This record gives sequence, C-alpha cells and structure tokens, in this order.
Amino acid sequence: MADNKKIDDISGTETTGHEWDGIEELNTPMPRWWLWVFYACILWAIVYAILMPSIPFFNSHFKGLLGSSDRAAVINAVDSMHAERAVYANKLEGATLEQIQADPDLFRFAMASGKSAFGDNCATCHGSGAQGFKGYPNLNDDIWLWGGTFEDIQHTLTVGIRAAHEDTRMGLMQAYGRDELLTRDQIRDLTQYVLNLSGQATDQNAAGRVSELFQDTCSSCHGSTGKGDPSQGAPNLSDAEWLYGGSAEDIYQTIYGGRQGVMPNWNERLAPETITALSVYVHALGGGEDTPKLDLSKQPIMEGEE
Amino acid sequence: MTSTPFTTRFKDDDSLFYISIILGLGFIWSMFAAHPTGVSALLYPTLEMHGYMMMFFFLLGILAVVYKVGDGVPKIDQSEYEDGVVKAGVIATTFWGIAGMLVGVIIACQLTWPNIFYFDNLPWTNFGRLRPLHTSAVIFAFGGNALIATSFYVVQRTCRTRLAGGMWPWFVFWGYQLFIILAATGYLAGVTQSKEYAEPEWYVDIWLTIVWVAYLMVFMATLYKRKEPHIYVANWFYLAFIITVAILHLVNNLALPVGAFEAKSYSLFAGVQDAMTQWWYGHNAVGFFLTAGFLAIMYYFIPKRANRPVWSYKLSIVHFWAVIFIYIWAGPHHLHFTALPQWTQTLGMVFSIMLWMPSWGGMINGLMTLSGAWDKLRTDPVLRMLVVSVAFYGMATFEGPLMSVRYVNALSHYTDWTIGHVHSGALGWNGFVTFGALYCLVPWLWKKKELYSLRLVEWHFWLATIGILFYITSMWVSGIMEGLMWRAYTDLGFLEYAFIETVSAKHISYIVRALGGTLFLLGTLIMAYNIRMTIKGRGLAEALDGDVPLAKKPALPAAQPILVGE
Repeated sequence: MADNKKIDDISGTETTGHEWDGIEELNTPMPRWWLWVFYACILWAIVYAILMPSIPFFNSHFKGLLGSSDRAAVINAVDSMHAERAVYANKLEGATLEQIQADPDLFRFAMASGKSAFGDNCATCHGSGAQGFKGYPNLNDDIWLWGGTFEDIQHTLTVGIRAAHEDTRMGLMQAYGRDELLTRDQIRDLTQYVLNLSGQATDQNAAGRVSELFQDTCSSCHGSTGKGDPSQGAPNLSDAEWLYGGSAEDIYQTIYGGRQGVMPNWNERLAPETITALSVYVHALGGGEDTPKLDLSKQPIMEGEE
Repeated sequence: MTSTPFTTRFKDDDSLFYISIILGLGFIWSMFAAHPTGVSALLYPTLEMHGYMMMFFFLLGILAVVYKVGDGVPKIDQSEYEDGVVKAGVIATTFWGIAGMLVGVIIACQLTWPNIFYFDNLPWTNFGRLRPLHTSAVIFAFGGNALIATSFYVVQRTCRTRLAGGMWPWFVFWGYQLFIILAATGYLAGVTQSKEYAEPEWYVDIWLTIVWVAYLMVFMATLYKRKEPHIYVANWFYLAFIITVAILHLVNNLALPVGAFEAKSYSLFAGVQDAMTQWWYGHNAVGFFLTAGFLAIMYYFIPKRANRPVWSYKLSIVHFWAVIFIYIWAGPHHLHFTALPQWTQTLGMVFSIMLWMPSWGGMINGLMTLSGAWDKLRTDPVLRMLVVSVAFYGMATFEGPLMSVRYVNALSHYTDWTIGHVHSGALGWNGFVTFGALYCLVPWLWKKKELYSLRLVEWHFWLATIGILFYITSMWVSGIMEGLMWRAYTDLGFLEYAFIETVSAKHISYIVRALGGTLFLLGTLIMAYNIRMTIKGRGLAEALDGDVPLAKKPALPAAQPILVGE
C-alpha cells in the first residue's frame, strides 16, 4: 500500500498508508528518550536480579551476589529485639510494684512496654486513651469493678473476666426479666430504687415499694446500701458512674437482661513480664489504688504521657 | 472466505439454535440447583436463590428466542452494522456505572462513620459484602460493558464489516448481564470464594466462561471477515484483553465444587501458591482488563475525536508487545514481604520497573496524537476528558512501578496509598476514557448532530476532576501517614502507635475521600441525564438525516478488492 502513503500537513511526517474508518497512522519514529529509558530500566532489572535472589532452580534458587535474605534479616531483628529486652524482662517477671518503682529505668521500660501492649491488645475495647466505652470500663478513673491495686489489676489481667482460665473472675448479674425471676413492674420499680441511691429517682413511691426486694435480691452482691463489692465484681450503684449507662432505660435493660461483660485471660497470650508491664501501665493511668508515695521528681519524664 | 471451515461452523443462521441449547441446559441445571437436598444444603450457602433466578432468566431467554423464531429465522442485513447491541451496551455501562459508584460512596461513608452506616440486622449491608459489590460493579459491570460495547463498535468500523455470529453478540451482552446479576446478588447473600476480584463461585465462573468464549468467537470471526487489509491497533489491544482475561479467569478459578448443585467450592491451589495465582490473576486483570482493553478504547476514540492520525505506528507496535510480554510477570509485587519466596518478589519487582516505559508508550501515543489539534481542548470537553484520562493513565503507570519497588512497598503496602493509586487509575483513566467514549458514541449511534448539552459535559468534567483530586490526595495523605505510624518505634523499641490510633488518625482524610467520591458520582449522574436527553433528541441533539459521515456504511465487497497479506 506504499502508494497510499502521504505527508501529513500539520506534522510534516509521512503516514503509513493504512486507513481505518478515517483514522490514519503517522510513521513517527519512537522517541529516543523513551527508548533509552526503556533500555535503562531493562539494564537496571538485570543488574538488580544479579545482585538479589532471583532465578529459581529445581530445589533452590540463585541467591544473588549480595546474599540478601529477608528470612535471615527478620530472624536477626527479632533475636536482637529479644536480647535487648531480656535484661528488663527478666527483672520484671515476678517483681512487685515497689521494686519496679524503685528502679527508674525499669519503671520507664515497664511503662513503654505496657503502653505498647495496651495499644495492641486492650485499646480495641478500652479505647486508645483507656477512656472506655459503654460496656467497657474506663481505666483512667478510680472506679474498679475488681479492685484497683497493682496486684488486683495483675490478677484480673492474668485470669480474665468470665474467661477460659479456671480461676477467672466470675460475677453474676442475672437476666432478672428475661429469665422471669422478676416481673416487669418490679424491675421498673427497682430501676427507681437504684436511681434513688444516687438521688436521681423520679418516682420515690416506686423506689419505696421495692426496698425489701432490693435487700433480698441485690444486696448480696451490691451491698445493702448499694456501694458494691470489688471482691465479687459488683459495681457501686450509688455513684454517678455507669458502665452500661445511667438512664432509667439503661438501668431497666441491665436488670432485665443482665450484664455479662468479658475480658480474655491474657496469661495465654502475653508473657508474664508483659502482664506485669501492663499492670504497671494501667495502675499508673490515674486510678491505681494503694500506691506507695512516689517522689515524682525522681521519675523520668515519659514521652507522650500525661 | 466464506468457504473456510471456521466461518461455516460459525454461521449467522445457526446462532439461535446453539444459543437455545445453552439456555435449555442452563434451565435444566438451575431447576436442580433451586431444590437443594441433603445435609450439605444446611452446611453451605444454598444455591436456592440463584437457582430460581437462573430459571427465570433462562426461561426469559428461551421465550425471547421463540419469539424471534416465530417471526421467521431473522434475516441479517450484512450491509448494515450491528449497532443495537452497542446501544444496549452504552445504556448498561451508564446504569452499572451509577450503581457501582453509588455503592462506592456508601462504603466510603461506612469507613468514615462506621457507627452510623452499620445495620446490625441487615447483614447484606455489611462493608464486607458491599466492598466486592463496589469493585466488581465498577470494574466488571461498568468497565466490562464499556469494553464489550466499544469493542463491538470499533471492530465493525475498523474492519468495515458487520459483527459476525448472527445473534451471538446479543447472547454475549445478555449473558454478561446475567453474570453481573448473579455475582452481585451472590456477594450480598454471602456467596463468595474469597478471591479478590474473582469472588463469584464456580457456577457463575462457568457461565462467564461460556459468555466469554462466545465473545472471543464473535470478535475473532469479525476480524476474520474484515474488509480492511490490516488489523487496526485498537483491535490488537481488544484481542489481547479478551484472550488473556479468558486464561486468567480459567486458571485462577480452578476449583472443586462440593457438589454439582452446591454453591460452595474449594480452590485447587493452597497456601502461597494460591496467593501467587490469585495475584497473577489480580494484577493482570488490571493489566489486560483495565489497561489493554481501555488502551483499545483510547486508540480509536482519541484519533477519531481529534480527527488526527495516530502519532506513531512504530511506537504502537513496540509498546503493545512490550506491555503484553512484561505485564504478565509483574503479579508478585502484590506479595512483597510475605511468605512468597524472595526470588519471586525480585522478579515481580524488576518486571514492574521494566513495564514503566511500555505503559507510557500508550500515553505518549495518545497525547501526541493531539499534536495539531491541541486548540480543540479549549472548546471540546469530550476530547479534554479523553486527554485527561491519558494523563491519569500516565500518572498511575508511573506510580505503579514506583510502588512495586520493595523499599517503597514496605511503606505503601496495606495502606490507603494503594487505594489512592487504584482510584487514580480507575476514576481518572478508566472512568474518564469511558465517559469520553460514551459521549462520542451516543450521538453517533442514535444519529444525532451533537450531544444534548456540552455545558453539562463541562460540569461533569470539572466535578469529576475535582472529585478525583480530593480522592487521591486524601488517600496519599492517609496512606503515607498510616504507613509511617505503623513503623514508628519508641527509643525502647516498642511500637509508638496502637493500630486503632492509626485508624482514628485517618478520619479527616476519609471525609475528604467520601466527598471526592460523591462529586465523581454526581458527575456521572449528570452524564446519564445528558445521554438520556441526547437519545430523546433534545437541545443540540437534532436528528441527522440519511447517512452519518462518522459511521459510514461499509462499502460493498465488490467495490473494494480485498488485499490480504499486503
């Protein structure tokens, strides 16, 4: 079709002489820069493939002149991390809070390790600031379902709550309505009674009707004045803090359906020294109980810690 | 040519006979599928819903064939192009585009406000089910229909012959819609084989295989009976797309069903081999579906719209073969720093780097085709859309090789950077080149002088462009930020940030992304309105009488000697 070739008026380039539905093609040569960059990429690919593991054989592969190995690099990195941490980890295992606080470097390590473990394991439910959500306790305040001393926290972390551990923390807030232990009217009245403990009842008569019922049904765990009992995981009902909400509707639902919040027993997932570190961290968040007097001026300043 | 065995076996008149057989067999199978028996019906997601749906659609198909034959065996006028199926494809492309982009906006909102867009008692609205619905709807329903429709249009024009196969093109069109419906409803019902971009279960895969083979036959037979001596570059790309997608689809979906009438199947591959096969598939779905196929669209519609010759014939040959040869090896870059052996990662990476210039060959040829017609960008928003699509193509095909470098990938992998990269390609390249092609096709197909409104095209262009910029910049920010946060260590060697902190840090970026997606969707809605009004013949879209110069009829064979092997 050489006879169909012609010179394009605008570019001055010859066409190939082909034409489809009015579309023609110019015979422009390939751009030099394009070709050279293409060659350079190919050359680079060859060089890189010689330096790095690349060509497969039957039972092995070409290892590359630089001897790079991701697998070896990861093993080395993990080994050196364990070696670096072992110094502190050995000290942490079985240590008391006093011992940890007495060693500023160890305390700093425990806080850093605890913060990291908290972020990876706890923040999903308790929030990244440990602020908690509805049904997931706030760990920054001084309200503790199962006690707030260092040892309490450590034990709760180890055995979990309603978890697989044989000594797990097990409190029982039954579904009084769903399981037909109480009538709906009784629950409605009990809701007012509970609200009345913190002075919020809107119906004093209703609260009065069930004071005996409260003593029979609720006081064994929550106490006769509703102050709760950390040894049974029973919350204080007379304060302004509510794990599952403090509206009449929320409290009604709590009594009607019961509450069975869970936390895993972390002893199977985390190393003992990590649980210790987590306990130090959670204890230091703001609400730790029975903390021996600390001389804050001697404590190293925590980065990012308030 | 009509005496060759190939074309005698693919005669127009036989098409309805063979289509009826396929529909009949499909109907029989779906009757069994709709009535599951035994324990397995309790153990696996049941086929019941799909069985009834397929019974309905196959019956509808059989009735359509009976109706058609009742009028006498259809006489096909070989002097006319088959444009009906292209028109249907244009409408389907628009419809699925809106559907897919709408789901995209919904899941963007779910990621931004997970508490608001979470419906406990409606499992089918869960992100995990809507996400594959979005990806498949935009890639396979919107993109696939655009590819089928434009390929049927382009192959006829550039071969100067009617589509081969009688009713087969219609079988391809409706069969493909059935595939989309089965895939989409399956995702919502939780039927999935959990392979990204290949989620449909085995029976839907088999149906797509039948449809795709029919597509390949129609396309090849049309090429075979062409009345032009050479095959136009767009058709090389279409053919590469059809053949390679067939191979990818067949290999990656090799699976053993639990039973002949069970939805569930198990892949033939396991472990890292499964992952490698999946990303060989996944990457080349990008390479041959979203790149080669859409380059074919570009190679026809840009020179046509700009009314300029393709810039370089040599470049088109070299970059075509380079793309075809190199792309197929680049899949392992999706599995850097995984259980995939390092040597495989190396090869995936170096092939991705070598792919940079071959990909850019298409960009250069597309952009330089405008030389001598650059002034049209000021006045013709449709051409501008096509050209901007090529610019986004160039950007995405530079970013891709960059991200395939292991050291860059160590930062970018699993982050939103990947999402941004995909969308600069999907929205900017695939979206815009499709919109441009649709804006060209509608007046040509429905024989109108012009589109209903060029001003609305301007609105579409700017809304969508701003939407894309919001989308990709927000994803760069959130992706690089989360990548850096993931690898931040304290001086004691502990991770600086909890995962949840990296999630909440992205909230603002996610709002911007959802806004960008909404703007893009808005643009598409404007396009749909414009197309509708053009078809109705409103505004500038006056009807044209007689022959349309852009879609000239094929010349009679006698008048044009066929020059084979020239």
